[in-house]
Amino acid sequence: MSPELGRFALALACALALAQAVLPLSGAQRRDARLMAVAPGLAIGQLIALAYSFLCLIYAAVTDDFSVSNIAENSAVSKPLLYKITGVWGNHEGSVLLWALILGICGAAVAAFGRNLPTALRARVIGILGGVAAGFELFCLTTSDPFDRIWPAPMDGQGMNPLLQDPGLAFHPPILYTGYVGFAVPFAFAVAALIEGRVDAAWGRWVRPWAVAAWCFLTCGIALGSWWSYYVLGWGGYWFWDPVENASLIPWLSGTALMHSAIVVEKREALKIWTVLLAIGTFSFSLSGTFLVRSGILNSVHAFANDPARGVFILGLLALVIGGSLTLFAWRAPSLTAGGLFSPVSREGMLVLNNILLCSLCAVVLTGTMYPPFMSLLFGKTISVGKPFFDAATVPLALPLFAVMGIAPMMPWKRARMWPVLRRLQAAAIAMLVALAVSLWGLKGVLPVLASAFAVWVIASSVTDIATRIALFREPFSRSLGRLRGLSRSAVGTAIAHAGVGVTVLGLAGMSQAQHRIVEIAVGQTEHLAGYDWTLTDVRTRPGPNYTALAARIEIRRKGRIVAVMHPEKRSFNAQNQTTTEVSIHTNLLSDLYGVIGDQHGDAAHRTYVLRLHYNPLAPWMWLGALVMALGGFLSLSDRRIRIAAPRRIPVGTAHVDAG
Amino acid sequence: MSDQPSPSPSRRRLLMALPVVAAGGAGVAFWRMLSGMSSGTFNPHDINAPATGKAVPEFERLPDQDPGQGFSSAELRLQTSPVLVNFFASWCIPCIAEMQALLELRNTVPIWGIAYKDKPENASGFIRRAGNPYVKIASDRQGRVAIDWGVSGVPESFLIAPGGGIAWHSAGGLDNSAVRADLSATLKRLSA
Repeated sequence: MSPELGRFALALACALALAQAVLPLSGAQRRDARLMAVAPGLAIGQLIALAYSFLCLIYAAVTDDFSVSNIAENSAVSKPLLYKITGVWGNHEGSVLLWALILGICGAAVAAFGRNLPTALRARVIGILGGVAAGFELFCLTTSDPFDRIWPAPMDGQGMNPLLQDPGLAFHPPILYTGYVGFAVPFAFAVAALIEGRVDAAWGRWVRPWAVAAWCFLTCGIALGSWWSYYVLGWGGYWFWDPVENASLIPWLSGTALMHSAIVVEKREALKIWTVLLAIGTFSFSLSGTFLVRSGILNSVHAFANDPARGVFILGLLALVIGGSLTLFAWRAPSLTAGGLFSPVSREGMLVLNNILLCSLCAVVLTGTMYPPFMSLLFGKTISVGKPFFDAATVPLALPLFAVMGIAPMMPWKRARMWPVLRRLQAAAIAMLVALAVSLWGLKGVLPVLASAFAVWVIASSVTDIATRIALFREPFSRSLGRLRGLSRSAVGTAIAHAGVGVTVLGLAGMSQAQHRIVEIAVGQTEHLAGYDWTLTDVRTRPGPNYTALAARIEIRRKGRIVAVMHPEKRSFNAQNQTTTEVSIHTNLLSDLYGVIGDQHGDAAHRTYVLRLHYNPLAPWMWLGALVMALGGFLSLSDRRIRIAAPRRIPVGTAHVDAG
Repeated sequence: MSDQPSPSPSRRRLLMALPVVAAGGAGVAFWRMLSGMSSGTFNPHDINAPATGKAVPEFERLPDQDPGQGFSSAELRLQTSPVLVNFFASWCIPCIAEMQALLELRNTVPIWGIAYKDKPENASGFIRRAGNPYVKIASDRQGRVAIDWGVSGVPESFLIAPGGGIAWHSAGGLDNSAVRADLSATLKRLSA
């Protein structure tokens, strides 16, 4: 398991990926069954080589092999074992290797689960994935080699940024990357469809589960990142509209649009060209997001080692992947046949509206993120775009989206009338009005009031949707229960995911009412915030494994009764000369009490401490809602129709266009 | 959407070519940014970084912030010795941490404070509690002047050379000894 073997395995993976790109694609073009048949084997072989390479790097990290410069720069003997392992992907080189590994897993997954695909389509999809993988493995080998050695090897490593030594962040990158890279599969399907010149209902059905799976991981990854910044950074915030955060939100928005427009392709064979473009666009955003952040173009608080030379390689690679696929799109898409027509008031019409709103949101976030560097390049002006712009521009687009979300799942396909649907949603509308009244009374600000009303609308209409489908209250309860069992899992998944959005939005509305105060008090003093009495009862110094902590004890009482005792800490890491705040959060799922200890002032007799106290209503709901969304997605993946009934293509014969 | 019956095949072709054209434009821009970064002509991290070496941005006299007096950019330019302009706020923890360093620094260089996005009563309470290192204190209630200065967050300090040029800048607190050493080196250079 030496680093050299790891590098060799990576080079082997790269060679296999290249073969995986060339052989099946040319085989599919020439209709050579033998060449097409090598695709799955190569994809699995590439995965094995990558996995071995990755294990070598983990082995080097666990055994403290500081002759590997990547380990020497990011690890230390005193680092806990968990972080030695997770630290492997906590830096640029290791994360690129992880990225390639996940892409390898995607290729192997298509090889393993794609048995019911037509041979040529499967060969093309695997081939395209191989081509993308080869590019990034070459990038890893030539400009970001994680196995590079240094001589003489240091006795101990430089250690890892203590902020990153956290279980939440340890598993954030793999989940987020699985989301990003997962969109490579819909991308490959889209490019394959363009090469074949054919998009039909079956294609829509094949693509959708991959898009849903990637979307679930991306949702979890974004939520985990936001949760981490909430409980680690100690600012009480959860989203900062930072370029790195936006880079994950942009593909999430376009991926959400893709997931929905693929439904229209599957059911009605419409929106085909648009869906292909979304599939290409979503992966392009994932790629540009992850890699442009590293080139240093975007001004972000998340530090990566910036290297313009690396940036040029990445840009070349992006030009090849994105430029190539979009050129193919410009060339082939006009020859794709248009699909069925539908009236604006129909399920398809609602899904189109969903796509328009989601893509507008995506454009807004993209503009806000890219505006500063482009202004700087074109006009030499330095500006920054922040929260006020994003809040003002996204909320007016999000609210109609929530309104549509409630209606669309109950709308019949093709042609529908609005009135019967709305009548069935009476109960949900009443719930929304009640929520509006309650929040008008309890919440400050117009947007939070509207947001919470719409959130209740989304949840209530999802419940109504399921209740209508199982004829609850209209038939005996046992019959309804039986219907629930027979209900397709994708319908239940949709309802759950939509309700999850509602839960998240409720959380966001609640957080807009958060209260906080910064105080400087001595031990024994009490502060009053949000109906609670916060008493600083004790502060002491506590030694940790690789830090010393200033640990406070805060008693929180409500009407004289103790609600919680908090132990926030401020940790000083000696190796990195850095301090971190260890936030103490007490949650009852309805609200978070959040305490941070800052600096100490004065001499021993008159010592005071700076405390930051927050009261965050409904904060946990933001991440809980994201989890519910992902659960809904996973549930719909387990739908029988996706797993078993392999859709058959109607032979088209002469209409079949072949590129080449 | 693209599946609606399209008016003419050529327009359809043009429409389908739009994405690649847009991506190409973005690609060229990124390439220029990258080459600018390696040659030093383009620095995205300049965003929010005030130009050291340039003149103090123009601003009208800011209102007084109790217990000090406000000032204008003209007054800053008229100074014959260096002045440290310090943006602070009562709501910022690093500002409290920085105070001790400011109280020591006031013996070497006059400090003019600007309360950034702060309620006047909060800011004056903060100074009463933490001590007053400032010669003058102005209130930038809306943070408008701070935008022209390129303040990205508080505390942020600027050393103004006689005549009104920004000689030095720190986007962090002065409680960091390395930052203070850098400041005193600049001060020495100015007085030499």
